Amino acid sequence: MGKWTRRAFLSTGLLVGGGFAVGVALRPGNRTGELSKYVAHDGETLVHTWVKLDGQNQVTAIVPHAEMGQGVGTSLAQMLADELDADWNLVSFEYAPAVSAFSNYPIAKSQLLGPIDLPDAIVPTVDGIMIQTASALDLQITGGSMSVRGSGVYGMRVAGAAVREMLTQAAAEEWGVPVDEVVARESQLIHAESGRTAPFSEFAEAAARLPAPAKPRLKSRDQFRVMGRHVDRQDIPSKVDGTAQFALDVKVPDMLYATALRAPVFGGELERFDATQALQMEGVVDVVELPASEANPFIGKFKASASVAVVAESFWLAKLGLEAVDMTWKETPNEGVTTEAIFEQFDGDIAGGVDRQTDVVAGDLAGALASADRVIEADYRVPFLAHTCMEPLNATARVENGECEIWVGCQSPLGFRKAVADALGFEPEQVTLNNCLMGGGFGRKSRADWAVQAAVLAQKVGRPVQLIWTREEDIRQDYYRPAVLSRFRAALDANGQPSAWENTYVEKMEPVEAPVIPYAVGAQDIGAVSSPTHVPYGAWRSVDHSSHGFFTESFIDELAVAAEQDPVAYRASLLDAHPRLQSVLKKATDEAGWGQPLGPGRGRGVSLQESFGTIVAHVVEVTVDEDEVSVDRVVSAADPGFAVSPDGFAAQIESGIVYGLTAALYGEITIKDGRVEQSNFHDYPALRMSATPEIEVYVINSGHTMGGAGEPSTPGIAPALTNAIAAATGTRIRRLPIAGQSLGGVRVSPA
Amino acid sequence: MTKLRVNGVEREIEVDPSTPLLWAIREQLDLTGTKFGCGIAQCGACTVRVNGEARRSCVTPLAAVEGQDIQTIEALAPSADVLHPLQSAWIEHQVPQCGYCQSGQLMSAAALLDANPNPTDAEIEAAMDGNICRCGMYGRIKAAIKTAAKNLDAVPETAEKGDA
Repeated sequence: MGKWTRRAFLSTGLLVGGGFAVGVALRPGNRTGELSKYVAHDGETLVHTWVKLDGQNQVTAIVPHAEMGQGVGTSLAQMLADELDADWNLVSFEYAPAVSAFSNYPIAKSQLLGPIDLPDAIVPTVDGIMIQTASALDLQITGGSMSVRGSGVYGMRVAGAAVREMLTQAAAEEWGVPVDEVVARESQLIHAESGRTAPFSEFAEAAARLPAPAKPRLKSRDQFRVMGRHVDRQDIPSKVDGTAQFALDVKVPDMLYATALRAPVFGGELERFDATQALQMEGVVDVVELPASEANPFIGKFKASASVAVVAESFWLAKLGLEAVDMTWKETPNEGVTTEAIFEQFDGDIAGGVDRQTDVVAGDLAGALASADRVIEADYRVPFLAHTCMEPLNATARVENGECEIWVGCQSPLGFRKAVADALGFEPEQVTLNNCLMGGGFGRKSRADWAVQAAVLAQKVGRPVQLIWTREEDIRQDYYRPAVLSRFRAALDANGQPSAWENTYVEKMEPVEAPVIPYAVGAQDIGAVSSPTHVPYGAWRSVDHSSHGFFTESFIDELAVAAEQDPVAYRASLLDAHPRLQSVLKKATDEAGWGQPLGPGRGRGVSLQESFGTIVAHVVEVTVDEDEVSVDRVVSAADPGFAVSPDGFAAQIESGIVYGLTAALYGEITIKDGRVEQSNFHDYPALRMSATPEIEVYVINSGHTMGGAGEPSTPGIAPALTNAIAAATGTRIRRLPIAGQSLGGVRVSPA
Repeated sequence: MTKLRVNGVEREIEVDPSTPLLWAIREQLDLTGTKFGCGIAQCGACTVRVNGEARRSCVTPLAAVEGQDIQTIEALAPSADVLHPLQSAWIEHQVPQCGYCQSGQLMSAAALLDANPNPTDAEIEAAMDGNICRCGMYGRIKAAIKTAAKNLDAVPETAEKGDA
């Protein structure tokens, strides 16, 4: 999810930076002629890469993102509609096709350049470079909470404003009036002096022939009409009557069903398999070995190991067939690996400090520690986590006549197209990828391993195949949120204020700033050591923030407790340089009634975290009673700068809280004999309704640069919860999950 | 062959009667609104109603529902242009995110309201605890069930795409 960070971009951008070096003429001009064939159907005019108009004056936003629950189509269409001055009732959206021409260059621009003001004259050239860069990178990814702040700010708003200017210019030319006398309002073009009005659609074709202005005039926030307004998500009606089409719902003629089992020990290889019994079962068509494949996005390079698939007339028969296949896997060097062995390795590598890479070094750490009134030390750890999207991984593929068509729900359509093409020995253009709605994504669906399996199966079997993973396979063959050990040492001065902050942890991914603290601590040394394991890891909702949010917001709480100071006041006193963080903290704690007394066994905890451009403060109230932790209430304040879809934004905050609570309370993938022990929701539980707290979300439009929505509420929920448990019981939780641990002598029962 | 009544229509299904109802509904009857989530009755995504009661179709063999009355999400609405009060409430509260679990959520909620038109919070939680939502929309689901309960006797709303 956090793959597209600035760092990743700058490094990969250099590869395609030949565009800069050789001075290729890159000014894109008007690309709609080239793009129309992909998206413009009968009666529709593509006016701009991201904007269609039809004869009924309906605007369609072409959204270069995938839907996995976040409501991206609606919020991006709002941004476009507002700048276009369109009537919201005449605006809808569709997802961009998985072709290079619709790679997401606004994301490239947001990541490479950020909010800088380029001179007008060079904007077209820069845009041309971004188009080439995005295309070369197969960039059409959904992740990193980037859609609104990247594609929306750098793409949809600019496109909407550009089309507004193109339409007004076309009308002015036709009507023979000055362009600045023509205004756009509610999908109409109006020339007040002559009393002329016309719907946008009347000038769509004329506008499409004009060059798109690269730097159109954007609205100021006080001029927004659709952004910031509550509108219903347009995808929701289809999600209440069963008509929403997920990849699992695809059916193509002559299709067979399949399910697969991959080497249970990661990296394992197949020695042999005996399919005799399976092949005798009615309805079983074939038993196929699938080779190991590359599955290498930016985070975590791990091969997808070999697997065995059974193809049958139905999924159920394929599943029964697979259970009847006798498989023997080769011994690997990792058969004896356990979770505890992994953490012992982490401990040794942190102690050894070999090749430690620093994130932050400031002040005189040794001096501060030597002159400290008190030194506080603590180790924190978090486990491997699976994603468990509601929709188990599945894809449907057809390979015939040197072409592949595949239906899948994924976070990276162009990346998947490339991976499938590579596996089949095809060029990307020989693969047509139909991206479907995703039943959850959370980072897992940025990795193409299962789509490659489906395509290879269809090629080998010679008929279309729908590959469906069981939940067991989904949990045992994930690219996990990595387990992390993080070691802290801090110095407190005579007033209890922190004077030194030392932190070493294992394995760094993205975003780079995840372990960095906002608090004013004079001496700091934060860094990572590498400690690789054989367990594949990847992006998991909020990526490194999901671990470091727990670590840093727990440890600062420990320091406050050690200093015998209120945890909110303590944080606030260290945030003089960050008034925006202070005000988010204040909002959450005010709304939660921080400081009001709670009954026995109850406690309140706080956290404050900035991630993906959005600041979130949580206050959690818990009751610890007998052997149970009850999460009673969560009060959250979130400042994304500006919330384009206020209710959609709040829903994402709620969602991230529940996702993080599941992990904090129960989430743990353990390794034994080199393989994952868990298999389904009975031993890898998810939060259910009865355990879900009341959640109040307060959205703050502070006026700052727009931030993300999908991930920022996840990192801080675990520490707010464990800080509350510490307040209620005096027991500091330094490892997750909470289930199974002892709280004040009482053991918490598992879910 | 198994005979059953699905969404008011008599159907004959040719697959082995030990096949779970879920896969017969999806693959033989092309009713894909009912989802596969876990296969072991842990997540509720596959929930349908059998004689009005919520049932996890992923662990229900066809043979166990021979001759019985099955309702899937496709028939929750009383007619093509009228939504069930739960569906209207789901839109009003903007419940779904990814939407994958929502067919099962709605069918569990429909069974609850038929049996208990005015459930307490505890009764809602008890009825809905078998349905996992990984997008975490439990608060909205609970609120929407309460709204629907209030609207049960009201005139059904027409199925328009809701725009603010």
